[in-house]
Parts: sequence; C-alpha cells; structure tokens
Amino acid sequence: MVKAVVRAGLLTLGLVWVALAADTALADEVKRYVVEGSPAAERESCVEPTETMRRMHMEFIKHQRISTVHEGIRGTKYSLTGCVDCHISYDENRNPRPIDQPDQFCGACHNYAAVDLNCFDCHASVPNRPGADAEAAHRAAGVVGRVASTPPQGGR
Amino acid sequence: MNENATRIASTSDETPASTVDAGRRGFIGTAAGLSAAALVAPGVFLHSVAAAPRSEPVTDSVRWGLLIDTAKCADGCSACVDACDRENGLDLQEPHGSESKWEHQKAVWIRKIKLQDNQTGRITQLPLMCQHCEHPPCVDVCPTGASFKRADGIVMVDRHLCIGCRYCMMACPYKARSFIHQPTTGQLTAVPRGKGCVESCNLCVHRRDHGEESTACVDACAQEGHGAIVFGDLKDPDSAISQRLREIPSRQIREDLVLNTGVRYAGV
Repeated sequence: MVKAVVRAGLLTLGLVWVALAADTALADEVKRYVVEGSPAAERESCVEPTETMRRMHMEFIKHQRISTVHEGIRGTKYSLTGCVDCHISYDENRNPRPIDQPDQFCGACHNYAAVDLNCFDCHASVPNRPGADAEAAHRAAGVVGRVASTPPQGGR
Repeated sequence: MNENATRIASTSDETPASTVDAGRRGFIGTAAGLSAAALVAPGVFLHSVAAAPRSEPVTDSVRWGLLIDTAKCADGCSACVDACDRENGLDLQEPHGSESKWEHQKAVWIRKIKLQDNQTGRITQLPLMCQHCEHPPCVDVCPTGASFKRADGIVMVDRHLCIGCRYCMMACPYKARSFIHQPTTGQLTAVPRGKGCVESCNLCVHRRDHGEESTACVDACAQEGHGAIVFGDLKDPDSAISQRLREIPSRQIREDLVLNTGVRYAGV
C-alpha cells in the first residue's frame, strides 16, 4: 500500500517536472526567435529597451500608421515589417512560419496574455516581398524561404 | 472617440520624428538629384534611388497620373492586369465556395475594357483603373474618412479606418473599387489587405514611397513592347507625361462629371 502511494507520488513528480521542462524549452524556443544576421541580432535589445518594447510595442506602431498611410512616411524607427523580418522563424524545410501562430514570437505571447492579434489579418505574417531589406539577412542565415511573391523565373 | 484619441496622440508622438537633421536633408537632396539624373538616363541610377524610403510627408508639389494611349493598347493583351495582380498580391487569393461567385467577387484593380462605336464599328481597347480624381466622389461619401486623397493626388483607402460599407463603390462612376469578401492569406509585405475592406488602384503607392520610377502596369506594358501607359507627375511641365499630354489630344473619361481625373486617355 505504502509502496503504491510512493510510486504514484514519484510518477506525479516526474510528470510535473516534464511539463515544467517542456514549458521552459518552449520559452527558450520563443526567446531564440531572432533571425541570425538580421539587424536585431546585432543589437543589445530591439529598437527600444526590452521592457519598453514589451509594454509599448502596440502604441509605437498604432500611432505611426496614420503617418505611414496618409503621409507616406516609411523610413521610421518602428515598423511592423521590422518585427516580422527580425523575429520570424523557419520550419525544417526552411519555410518561414507565420509569426502570429500560437507557438511563434508574436503569437506565443498574445496567446498567453489572451490578447487578440489582428495585425496579421491584413499584414503579411512572413517576410513576403521581392527585393526585401531583410532578404540579405535571411540569406546569410542560410534560409532562402519559400516566398509566395517571388515571380516565376524570367523576371516580373 | 478612440480614433480621435489616436490622432491626438499621433500628433504629439510625431514631433520628435519630424525634426530632421541636416545630414538627412543633404541625403534627400542628393537622392532628388539622382532621380533627376535617372530621368536623363533611365535605369542607370534606379537602384540607388530605390534604396531610400520616404521620411517626410508627401506634399502637393507633385500630382501623380497616368496617360494611356489606347491606339497602342493591344487586343488580347492583359500584361498590365497580370502585373498589377502580381505586384499587389491579388493573384495569391484563392476562391472559397463557388467558382462562378468568385469570378464576380474577386478583387480587380485594373479591368481591360473594349468599346465599340456602333455606327462606325470602330473598336477601342483600354485598361480602366481608379482615375485618381481631383474631386473624388468616393471620398465625399465615405462615412469614416477611410477613403481619402493623399497630398500627391493618389486616391486610396486607409484600411485601418474602412468599415466595409461599400458606399464608395456605389459612388465611383468608373466601377474601380473592389471589396474583399473572403479571408486572405499570404499577403505581400508591401501591400497589406484583408477581408471586409474596399480597395482599388493606388498607383503602386509603396513604390512611390520608396522613390521608384514607375508602376507595375507601366513596366509590364513597356516590357510587352506596347508602351501604351505613361506614368508621371502632372504638375511637372518637364515630366514625360506632361510633355506627351501637350503633344497628343487626350480626354478624361466622363469629363461631364468635372472630377479632373489623374488618369487620361488618348484616342477615345
């Protein structure tokens, strides 16, 4: 009887430990989501200190959208495209994984905090642009990626 | 209410961003010089100019427009339409539901139109897109301010503000606007678009903001060897489009509406 209780106890402890380890591994996985060779990989933090980015990232881009759409200002410090370019990750076939998926850089946190992520209903959730600024970075990182917009061979 | 708060916050936030240092001014000056050089020798400086995204608001010192020579527009050619679809990711959308419904509902920014004069039998081909009116009816009717005219004359939709009421589609005399009925996937980074918003030709606004020379349709038409479409600044008397407009007779479609369109047609 005592033996059975001890065994059950050990099993539970083991399961809890495995669950925690899996969580930590997932967190590490999310943390590593900075594309090697991208501007972000060179920096200590994102365009603002990490703490500020965590609290304020939505404010930075939300206010900026008016000047981008109505005034055509594109060369700014904050950029949703920048988020995607630096924080995208790739599957085993070197295809970019949409950043809003629940296990990806944006999606993981929003999933945890239960905050709807609407940006990517319209905006591209993978670097998807011929002649991208980040193309060199992705190439340097050894990921060519399957990009839907790449024109068929023979030019645009 | 929320939107007002956003706008106010936006103004106060932008102040530091708009203070531009002298070095950047100098750089922009150089870039402008390079574009002038690119006009003289097309293609030579294109890449160095294209590298600089816009950092100051657009002004009304330019007005972008198109001149379409219908005599050069070939029957059966859809190069401009295909190029537009590819440039803006319209070809990435896939039909959900019935195929026949999809044919009626899919987004189209340029349509090839065939006109026939019933008395003479003369047939005219032309591509019809948003005409970028000086006084756009779509902007007049929009209840949220989503349909707007940029300072440089481009009429477009701010999808953040569009509620999808489609009043602008009813107001447009050119039937130039499309509504996105279905969820979109795989959008291009340069052209965000999604379900529930109205959209139309924006004269390749992402290209404008990165200082590129032309639009996708113009490039495709030239590559096909037709060269029926000229893009340029209507306010610059020395631009290719202004010079061409001086040389050949051209018209606006539905001139009677006095909208002063930015897209002009020759040979109709």
